Amino acid sequence: MKGRDEMGKTENNIVTVLVENNAGVLARVVSLFGRRGYNIESLTVATTKDKRTSYITIVVNGDKDILDQIIKQVSRLEETISVRPLEESRALSRELLLIKFAINDKTLTSIHEISSIYGATIVDLAPDTMIVELTSNTSKIDAFLSIMKKYDIIEICRTGVTALERDSQKLK
Amino acid sequence: MLLTGAEIVIETLAEQGVDVVFGYPGGSVLEIYDALYKSDKVRHILTAHEQGAAHAAEGYSRASGKVGVALATSGPGATNLVTGIASAFMDSIPVVFLTGNVPTSVIGKDSFQEIYIAGITMPITKHNFIVRKIEDLADTIRNAFTIAMSGRPGPVLVDIPRDISQATTEYIPEHARTPKPLPRIFRDDLRLAAQAIYEAKRPMLFLGGGVVSSNAAAVVKKFIKRTDMPVCHSLMATGILKTNDPYNMGMVGMHGSATSAHAVQKCDLLVTLGSRFSDRVATNARQFAPNATIIHIDIDAAEIDKTIHAGIGLVGDIKSVLTALLPLIEQKDCSDWRNELTEYKNSNEYRPAENKNVLVPKTIIETLWKKFSKEAIMTTDVGQHQMWAAQYCNSGRSRSFLTSGGLGAMGFGYGASIGASFACPDRRIIHITGDGSFHMNIAEICTAVTYSLPIITVVLNNEALGMVRQLQHVAMGDRFSTTIHGRKTDFAAVARGFGAQGFTCRTQKEFLKALEAAKQTLDRPTVIDCTIAQELLVLPMIPSGKSAADIITE
Repeated sequence: MKGRDEMGKTENNIVTVLVENNAGVLARVVSLFGRRGYNIESLTVATTKDKRTSYITIVVNGDKDILDQIIKQVSRLEETISVRPLEESRALSRELLLIKFAINDKTLTSIHEISSIYGATIVDLAPDTMIVELTSNTSKIDAFLSIMKKYDIIEICRTGVTALERDSQKLK
Repeated sequence: MLLTGAEIVIETLAEQGVDVVFGYPGGSVLEIYDALYKSDKVRHILTAHEQGAAHAAEGYSRASGKVGVALATSGPGATNLVTGIASAFMDSIPVVFLTGNVPTSVIGKDSFQEIYIAGITMPITKHNFIVRKIEDLADTIRNAFTIAMSGRPGPVLVDIPRDISQATTEYIPEHARTPKPLPRIFRDDLRLAAQAIYEAKRPMLFLGGGVVSSNAAAVVKKFIKRTDMPVCHSLMATGILKTNDPYNMGMVGMHGSATSAHAVQKCDLLVTLGSRFSDRVATNARQFAPNATIIHIDIDAAEIDKTIHAGIGLVGDIKSVLTALLPLIEQKDCSDWRNELTEYKNSNEYRPAENKNVLVPKTIIETLWKKFSKEAIMTTDVGQHQMWAAQYCNSGRSRSFLTSGGLGAMGFGYGASIGASFACPDRRIIHITGDGSFHMNIAEICTAVTYSLPIITVVLNNEALGMVRQLQHVAMGDRFSTTIHGRKTDFAAVARGFGAQGFTCRTQKEFLKALEAAKQTLDRPTVIDCTIAQELLVLPMIPSGKSAADIITE
């Protein structure tokens, strides 16, 4: 039996939701999160190999009780086919970062060098700016960004997490 | 057979067993109303306002257990339904709401009377649909019924653009939908529950609205006999047991009985049937039933552990779970525990001051139950009168106390009474209201007059917005901001103006006389305006955030 005062620690959790690919389905999921006061850290959505379904990957901050409620509440939606939390150890997660720098002769080389170390690639180079792309997991992207902070960043854009479970189990 | 969308709407409703629809016409539903005019399969009840239609549809459902239906036009017609939709949603009442909308070609262009009602109602419906192809219309309406009645019931909205009503397609009749299969009950959980009940010394049964929606009153009564447990209930389960039933310790929560509050504190097992432990029940969730293991039986898995952690959580329909659980339970004897509570009740329960010279809420409600007994269905609005009506409800019958519990929508009662009148034409509908609530949708008297519904409205008139006034007394240092309104409405005269019967009463004698006249009048509604003292409080009271230890009884 669970203790009633048990307060879990808050952390980021990945929840994957398979939904029917109907108009407005994303709005329904997001509306539910808004209504119940769950905090979305990131959200990605795209159709699956079956065009009638979409796969939503949500990163949400909360303790175990909140995660439990989210899964139950999202399950209640008529268009939800399945909801699964992704354990970190079993999740293969990626997000994409695009970052635009203002550059000069001095910074160009060092940005290039750090990017290489992180496996990031330069996707656009203009006389005064460059854009670097990095696809990785969230913690590596965070680390990359914290190093790059000292350079003259014009804009940052990241996609949010998309994830799959490592073994071959289907989401169904 | 080739039919228009409008005709398909009517045919599909009829095929789904709908005999009455509450609604209001308008431009976007012209074709649907034309189809209604030509068909005799579905009866349409015109209300004064779409909100009245929405409450009527939920009242119909609350009284009958069937799916209610309301119909409105686009734009303001649809937005006027919203309070009723939310009320049905909060109390898990199955209702299908049909709205017209502008033609698909002009949707999204801010057309006249265009509103994105699917967006507005997304968080207050179980599901909603916009019909975009005529071929989908019949199945969408059928699915709306399935969703509304399956699992935890609730409202579903179907938005029908005008060109869909106008288009034609092949219609093939189908059978009425039935609810989706119930979730499987796990034997191990049942055994755990039976064991906990067997071991408990001070068990308590707590009835919630789920007992009503699963039509489980009969099996619940068997369960009470077998386990010998004392019982408390939420507002939504009012009326299942009579107030004077020796097992009934009363309502639990903010305005529940002192005995129930005490019992919930003391019990070592709380068997909860279909309640969601709202903040009006568990005024302080952390201190609710602090000494008890909680068995929580609910159709909605999301309710288990939502507010209160359940030691044993059983997901399932109350009726099916109890039916499966009963054979595992031996006859139990809780007489010591019950006697202890009865003693507590006799010496500690709150009793309002009696006064033979003036009208008091307790006497009014008790008189009504004496006069009409099991024949009555009581509906309420929201406020002090609602709590008094619940505290003294002596029905003993499920679906006989209809109230807007979760949403707490003032103005619910008259519409609900109209709906209940059509659901149960052989019973007498008593509408308890206050002078604040009655003003909100008073125009619906015209509907009861049109359809000769003998609804009896009893206004507990304290010339104030009493519940807020009470909160201002408790929490705002008697600064009665706007609640002593100074209105001069003569409700009896207003009733007569609508073509109803009206009385004003200041004494019990006058009340009895008016009530007798109302009882004899079967062809039109009656309004009985009862003057009560302004300073009366609904007691006991456990303020928000406080626990049973902080109960106020004077």
